[in-house]
Amino acid sequence: MLSSSELNVTGPASSGASYAFAKKLRRSLLPYLGVLPFIALVTIFLFWPTITVISGAFYNPDGTFGLGTINQVLVEPSYVDAFKRSIQLSLVTALIGAFFGGLLAWAVATSKRDGISRRFILAASGVFAQFGGVMLAFAFLATFGFNGMLTVFILENFGESFLTQPTWLYGMVGLTLVYTFFQIPLMMIVFLPAVENLKPQWREASNGLGGTTGEYWKNIGMPILIPSFTGALLLLFANAFSAYATAVALISQGSPLVPLQISKAISGEVARSNPALSKTLALGMIIIVAVVMSLYVLMQRRVAKWTR
Amino acid sequence: MDTLTPAAGMRVRNLWRRSIFFVIGIFFLVPILAMAEFSTRGNDDTRTLESWKAIPSAPNLMESIFTSVQLAVIVMAGVVFVLVPTMIWVHLQLPHLKRALEAICLLPLTIPAIVLVVGIAPIYRSMYGVFGSSPLTLGFVYLVLVLPYSHRAISAALESVDVNTIAEASRTLGASSIRMIAGIVVPNIKVGIMSGAVISIALVLGEFTVSNLLNFETMQVVINLLGKRDGAISVAVSLAALIFAFVLISFLPTSNKVGNEVAEKEASTG
Repeated sequence: MLSSSELNVTGPASSGASYAFAKKLRRSLLPYLGVLPFIALVTIFLFWPTITVISGAFYNPDGTFGLGTINQVLVEPSYVDAFKRSIQLSLVTALIGAFFGGLLAWAVATSKRDGISRRFILAASGVFAQFGGVMLAFAFLATFGFNGMLTVFILENFGESFLTQPTWLYGMVGLTLVYTFFQIPLMMIVFLPAVENLKPQWREASNGLGGTTGEYWKNIGMPILIPSFTGALLLLFANAFSAYATAVALISQGSPLVPLQISKAISGEVARSNPALSKTLALGMIIIVAVVMSLYVLMQRRVAKWTR
Repeated sequence: MDTLTPAAGMRVRNLWRRSIFFVIGIFFLVPILAMAEFSTRGNDDTRTLESWKAIPSAPNLMESIFTSVQLAVIVMAGVVFVLVPTMIWVHLQLPHLKRALEAICLLPLTIPAIVLVVGIAPIYRSMYGVFGSSPLTLGFVYLVLVLPYSHRAISAALESVDVNTIAEASRTLGASSIRMIAGIVVPNIKVGIMSGAVISIALVLGEFTVSNLLNFETMQVVINLLGKRDGAISVAVSLAALIFAFVLISFLPTSNKVGNEVAEKEASTG
């Protein structure tokens, strides 16, 4: 064999060296074996699907390589509108969620540390923010739906009004309302650490120097909290933009949002329509979320200044 | 408000705090109450538990709950037997990879589940041949989906104890690598592992997007289908599931010690 003839030429000294080198290499590579199962998992179930989506978007409807499907998505009103609506819904619910969730975080941060109400609010926030997509939709149907508790109550006590004709619940207004139901608790979870990080000494120092509540917030509280607040706002945007379960459970006609368009495109694939469509829409989502999350990371760097 | 004394300022703050709790509390309690009311409605203004009693016999519901519970156990096992050893290993042996590992674990936050499904559907189509079409194969994707949350909980625990010193001590005393990890390090980061596991259970039981689009009948998928047929039963199940998740998350050992560390880490690294 080639290697053995080479060994003969170069002699035993060098073979010993290469043996030592191989041993050293093996010893330095050995620890990497420990992360192999994890790497296999994320390669197959995270990296590979992401690459499939990104590369799959660059195909024409007829299956040849090209920008055909991307152009189609950028032009066709149903897709453009879905992106516009998704962005609008995410922005509005992120703003509402950030406002009320921010207030809630402040209220929790200034209440008693080990109190039962605090534990209760934290657990409830966790449930609403991360558990309940489908169930939250049902909660609102039970409240505002055609036979919902509030609908019936209003009808019996105040007579007909727009609230007793709950078609609004199944459109963008309803989605906005239901989304705030998980956006507010998420804001509270994400923003709470920042508010808790406001040192009471800063407030005392401000008071001691004759500062008023207004001056404290304007000159100290706000400037410190703004990066965290903006970061949380971005996270909320990405969260609403990616949400799917609530919309599916609430909307039964049409596909007004990007995730709904994607699921429609996926089920269309069985009927041998354009397989690049779902990937192109998904790529659009990746791009938007990636931009938002990059800004989020930038914000977190500025936050880090105040957490040490 | 600008001219208030500190004591008066405190009173104003208390008033603000109570109003915020009250208004937001109502906003969240009304739909929950509505669920209880809606699911116990009988004929002619009577109350009945019919819908709640019908839960066990609702089509596919119990099977799907069993599927979701099995998946939760699988994902929990994945966290304990794959993620935890990997994280400890990287912490001790490959510390220069810590940031890379964190970045990978946070990646699922930037890739929406619906996007992941698009790329994963072809993989599942080819997996049918190897693993069959059992819904339990969802365990792999779910393990990826819970990475950001479980990583955060476990890494907070790892950073809070001096793992390197403990490991050094056990090595000096002649412990093997496996014994060192399983017998010495793991007990010290138990709280972090537990909260990572609990978050994973809650996420798996609440997961809808992936299973719905891959056509697997998990609990959420069946609840959604049920909602199209019988509103009252699906509302009853939803309320039960929300309460169950609430109780589960209440047991999270995060409220004081680890919780603050997790929160701080979240605020500083993202």
